[in-house]
Amino acid sequence: MSDERTFFNEMLDEAGAPRPCYARLAKWLDDKPANFLSRKSKDAETIFRRLGITFAVYGAEEATERLIPFDPIPRIISAAEWRRLSAGIDQRVRALNAFLHDIYHRQEIIRAGRIPANLILQNEAFLPEMAGFTPARKVYSHIIGTDLVRVSENEFYVLEDNTRTPSGVSYMMENRETMIRLFPELFQTHHVASVDQYPENLLQTLESVAPDPSKSNQTIVVLTPGIYNSAYFEHAFLADSMGVELVEGRDLFVDAGHVYMRTTREPRQVDVIYRRIDDAFLDPLTFNPDSMLGVPGLFDAYRAGNVTICNAPGTGIADDKAIYAYVPDIIEFYTGQKPILNNVPTWNCSRPDDLAYVLDNLEDIVVKEVHGSGGYGMLIGPTASKREIAEFRKILETNPGNYIAQPTLALSACPTHVASGVAPRHVDLRPFVLIGDQVRITPGGLTRVALKKGSLVVNSSQGGGTKDTWVLED
Amino acid sequence: MLGRTASSLFWLSRYFERAQNLTRLLEVAYRGAIMSHTGQEHGTHWTFALANSGTEAGYKEKYDELTMRQVTSYMIFSKDNPSSIRSCLELGRNNARAVRTGITAELWEAINTTWIEFAETNPQSVTQDKLPDFLAWINQRAHLFRGALLNTILRDDGYFFSQMGNFVERADNTARILNTQCWSLLPDNDIVDDGAMERYQWSAILRALSGRRSYRFAYPNSRLKAFNIAEFLILRTEMPRSLAHCYDWIAETAEDLAQFYGSREPSLDLAADLSRELTEKQMHEIYQQGLHEFLTDFIGKNNQFAHQLCEDYNFS
Repeated sequence: MSDERTFFNEMLDEAGAPRPCYARLAKWLDDKPANFLSRKSKDAETIFRRLGITFAVYGAEEATERLIPFDPIPRIISAAEWRRLSAGIDQRVRALNAFLHDIYHRQEIIRAGRIPANLILQNEAFLPEMAGFTPARKVYSHIIGTDLVRVSENEFYVLEDNTRTPSGVSYMMENRETMIRLFPELFQTHHVASVDQYPENLLQTLESVAPDPSKSNQTIVVLTPGIYNSAYFEHAFLADSMGVELVEGRDLFVDAGHVYMRTTREPRQVDVIYRRIDDAFLDPLTFNPDSMLGVPGLFDAYRAGNVTICNAPGTGIADDKAIYAYVPDIIEFYTGQKPILNNVPTWNCSRPDDLAYVLDNLEDIVVKEVHGSGGYGMLIGPTASKREIAEFRKILETNPGNYIAQPTLALSACPTHVASGVAPRHVDLRPFVLIGDQVRITPGGLTRVALKKGSLVVNSSQGGGTKDTWVLED
Repeated sequence: MLGRTASSLFWLSRYFERAQNLTRLLEVAYRGAIMSHTGQEHGTHWTFALANSGTEAGYKEKYDELTMRQVTSYMIFSKDNPSSIRSCLELGRNNARAVRTGITAELWEAINTTWIEFAETNPQSVTQDKLPDFLAWINQRAHLFRGALLNTILRDDGYFFSQMGNFVERADNTARILNTQCWSLLPDNDIVDDGAMERYQWSAILRALSGRRSYRFAYPNSRLKAFNIAEFLILRTEMPRSLAHCYDWIAETAEDLAQFYGSREPSLDLAADLSRELTEKQMHEIYQQGLHEFLTDFIGKNNQFAHQLCEDYNFS
């Protein structure tokens, strides 16, 4: 579809000449023999496979672990572009944290009539158990991955805020490692901002929100559902690079309001838990009673202020797709400023007028499930068949409140290595933000690329790939 | 260290040791099966491999006859056989994955690459003529695993637990092989006819325990004798697969662990007792007690030690 539309080409301008930040890369690409990138791609695959940089696909029996395809051509962002993006992200994540504090306390934003009460109070992602509780430094969402897309030279849109447990930071780091191994010469000719500091920054962030930040030797752990989780590699990577224990629920227990881990010797008290399991599974006594992944009594220990959970339970309300449409209001309400980054215009199908518009224009828009993720349960109008549209129409009419809709955006495209050589493919961008004693944004992020020609679906679970993302220094 | 981490390191080493032991059993069986002059029925060689790996019962449930193809497929590639090489490599890798944070990149790469290459091997492609090379490859990968472990991991509790796993498994393997073959190791079991049968049995045992050449160095007159072979594999500490050597190593590791944690647990005393027993014993005493009884008793004590270790250090 987008082939008939004009889309922004990250590397080339309208005249077909390389943009300044891509000039060196474009020349380098031109100078290479035809099979050069294919060879390098194979090398990269070997590296990834040996290191076990994989993700698991649920339901796929044999190949339970897959590699995410890695594209060897980097995506480049200029220093000036990055300054603007990071200012926008900074503004956004501060506002979202202020919003979380507010809705779990005085709910000024509801009283001010800026957001309908039922959208929050009746939302599954809103946890009444969090009401009145203030986490350390008033930070709720410490680790955020903001999904951005670009549609023109100066237009970036935020697609999603991912304030719960954003994945992909390990790919950002391993992609960089791999690029340095494959193309050391490129790093000599480009001043690429380093992403190496991420684990250190993450550790600083987690330490800064400990129940007693002055205590030396904080015990910090990463809590994983286990080796069968799709992001297990990332969990192990993070624990490893911070030098902290990677624990499962069964390794932890609560005694007299404190959390401990079972070691080969005496139990050790835990101060901060970077959890990579969902709210509902955290504590079978407070949430889902069937959870085998969580720790009985954890939530009480948390509310007693004896342990910090990152991200806080209940942060999902801030990246709920129904709330998304209100983020510009949220930013204005809490910061008094205009949003720096745009939202994608969004129709909320629970509103009759919006629903009517959506039903009339299904062929042209994208409809998403409010609680869906990973590209499941959605309709991409322009590429859907008549039958798919008809079926989706019925679903939508039965349960409109479960859906939002957005126009299809002309996502920018980045040169990508494909079977026939190098061709533009659509990309998005997920920079990673840490919020603790300060806001830290790692220069770079994860660029996801739709490997199929014309496709706008960049999700790894739907066959998308990733690229190294370079922020150039002035 | 988490109890679960200790457990994973212990089992990781056990599984790799077990995979390597299985390759050797299969090598011996293969060798016997292709040599017609040993005067044995074809099937006995494969029974040797199945019996010594403790998989005979499982095999018989699945197959009616003994053929090379079926035995190798069951012992190497079967997913239903919890003691197949495949299961060992997969379980080993899963344990390694669970403790990615506790092992080095070199060790992880050795384990992961082994598993990937093994999983990519089509069992049909491992035909009779390719079997020795394939087994040799697994054997080499197990050496690589151990080399990467010894050369890169920190000498702390994680290392101690991995060593315990390695040597508990090895001691168990040696004791089981000796036990299933113990009739041929009785010194009063005089050589029948020309003795080809005994010599074949003895050399199979030595091969299965990588001890054929070392035996010749350890016993200068170098003749294969039941008494010497039993002594070599039970009491000689310089033989790295002997029971005495395994418990030498375990007892030393136990001392290191006690020092590391600054406290002594019951399992460490069990290890010291068993090690002392093996040091003080003479071979003729063992024969007096009964070789089979001695080995059965040892297998039980070895197991008991492993159980106590799990309990003392909160393995889960």
